[in-house]
Amino acid sequence: MFSAYLIHLLILIGIYLILAIAMQLAVGFTGLLNLGHIAFYCVGAYVSALLALAGVPFWICIILAGIGAMFFGFLLAIPTNKIKGDYLALATLGFSFVVYAVALNWTSLTRGPLGLPGIPKPSLFGFVFSDNLSFLILTLIIGAVSYFIINRITKSPFGRVLEAIRDDELAARVMGKNSFRMKSYALGISAFFAGIAGSLYAHYITFIDPSSFTLMQLIPVVAIVIIGGLASLKGTIIATIVLTLLPEPLRFIGFPSSIIGPARQILYALFLLLILIYKPRGFYGKFDLE
Amino acid sequence: MLKVQNLKKYFGGVKAVDDCDFEVQEKTITALIGPNGSGKTTVFNLISGILKPEKGKIIFDGYDITNKSPEYIANLNGLGISRLFQQSRLFGNLSVMENLLLVLDNEDEKFWKNLSGHNKITKEKEAKAKVMLEMVDIEKFSNKLARDLSFGQKRLVELARTILNSHKLLMLDEPVGGVNPKLRQEIAKILLKLKEEGETILLIEHDMNFTLNIADRVIVMDEGKVIAEGKPAQIKTNPKVLEAYLGE
Repeated sequence: MFSAYLIHLLILIGIYLILAIAMQLAVGFTGLLNLGHIAFYCVGAYVSALLALAGVPFWICIILAGIGAMFFGFLLAIPTNKIKGDYLALATLGFSFVVYAVALNWTSLTRGPLGLPGIPKPSLFGFVFSDNLSFLILTLIIGAVSYFIINRITKSPFGRVLEAIRDDELAARVMGKNSFRMKSYALGISAFFAGIAGSLYAHYITFIDPSSFTLMQLIPVVAIVIIGGLASLKGTIIATIVLTLLPEPLRFIGFPSSIIGPARQILYALFLLLILIYKPRGFYGKFDLE
Repeated sequence: MLKVQNLKKYFGGVKAVDDCDFEVQEKTITALIGPNGSGKTTVFNLISGILKPEKGKIIFDGYDITNKSPEYIANLNGLGISRLFQQSRLFGNLSVMENLLLVLDNEDEKFWKNLSGHNKITKEKEAKAKVMLEMVDIEKFSNKLARDLSFGQKRLVELARTILNSHKLLMLDEPVGGVNPKLRQEIAKILLKLKEEGETILLIEHDMNFTLNIADRVIVMDEGKVIAEGKPAQIKTNPKVLEAYLGE
């Protein structure tokens, strides 16, 4: 019983980790405060679920989920190219509301609030990941590959240009760096991995509806990125583990489920506030949150 | 090398640059001087593509660069314009070495090449950056984060980065602004050495002694217009210049 619960938590940690390191690439390494990240997660989940329900093999579903989300990442980079900081945050938040509204109202495709039930469990080369332990292994492998790729990007000269753009975009442009192209890449790659996480989520829970992709779901991811520390992948891993486990004791106190949800958000907010006051760089951040 | 023709830039009703005309000859140091608010930095911003002019043309190395983007101007035929800003614009969260390596790597924007590990920080690039750091005497700070440097050290790193960036023209906005007298002399020596090596430099500077000692030609601006042009000795005694500076 306990091990099934632990495996469930580890799967959630794996999915959140992919989502959070993808967001770290855009926010921490490139300085793009993208609050539309949850929309990429949503696109990935819906693309993967719809394709899987149409009988498409899982490996194609998950890749197309990433590519579909990446397409929207590149698309979002165009109108947001010249805005930054709070304005960028608002514009990208608007994008997440648009995607949510589409998921809710395009009922002929998404079934709106009724959601998509019966999403099949993943299968690869005839092996079905039907039990949670095998799904955990799949999640950890995909999580490790995602971490490896994002870590490689951030440690390469390419990542150095992203950091330069984050620190001073105009100076980078005057030095000859094409900031629009680089920011588009950052948003596109970030969206790709958010889409992959969305696909894993859809195939794990086997049911998605628009309520899984609201602002409430974005809060823990933003909290992980800030608490882990901007531009730190190591910090992001630790923060993902801490923040996923943090609200779990609430389950054992005996609160009704209507209270557990809001209490979870309050706990995240409280923890975030304490970190910002006493450790403004988070666990391993390279710089303060400004 | 650089021709600025009838350049105009207005900010609301303020004529920041008004029919500005001048040329920069190859392998010379040209100084752009003038009282505060005379439009010098605006001219720099127009040349480097940060601002778009209302009117006029900017010809660089035979190419019309008016209204082009900063990255286009910096990369023009692989050798564009390299610019030093008036305020420190180092990438604070990168080390001094990383700040320099950024301008030495022209493949760092290629995603697949970097992901596959085919674009590496080579020893040659690092050695080139080290030589430059030695030239400006800050090699010991190579691994320090740029944000942790003092004002003077930041200025030197920025100067090193600007020189290292591939270019045909160096544009330096107040390279010795806020810098101590000893460091000023060092920077003057570096700039004269660069000129000897065949570099073309356009600079803005308020320190008249510094400017008149190193410049081959001086262009004086006031209220957005060029009011005088010539050799330093001529400029020193030009009545228009004296009036602009001293109100006499």
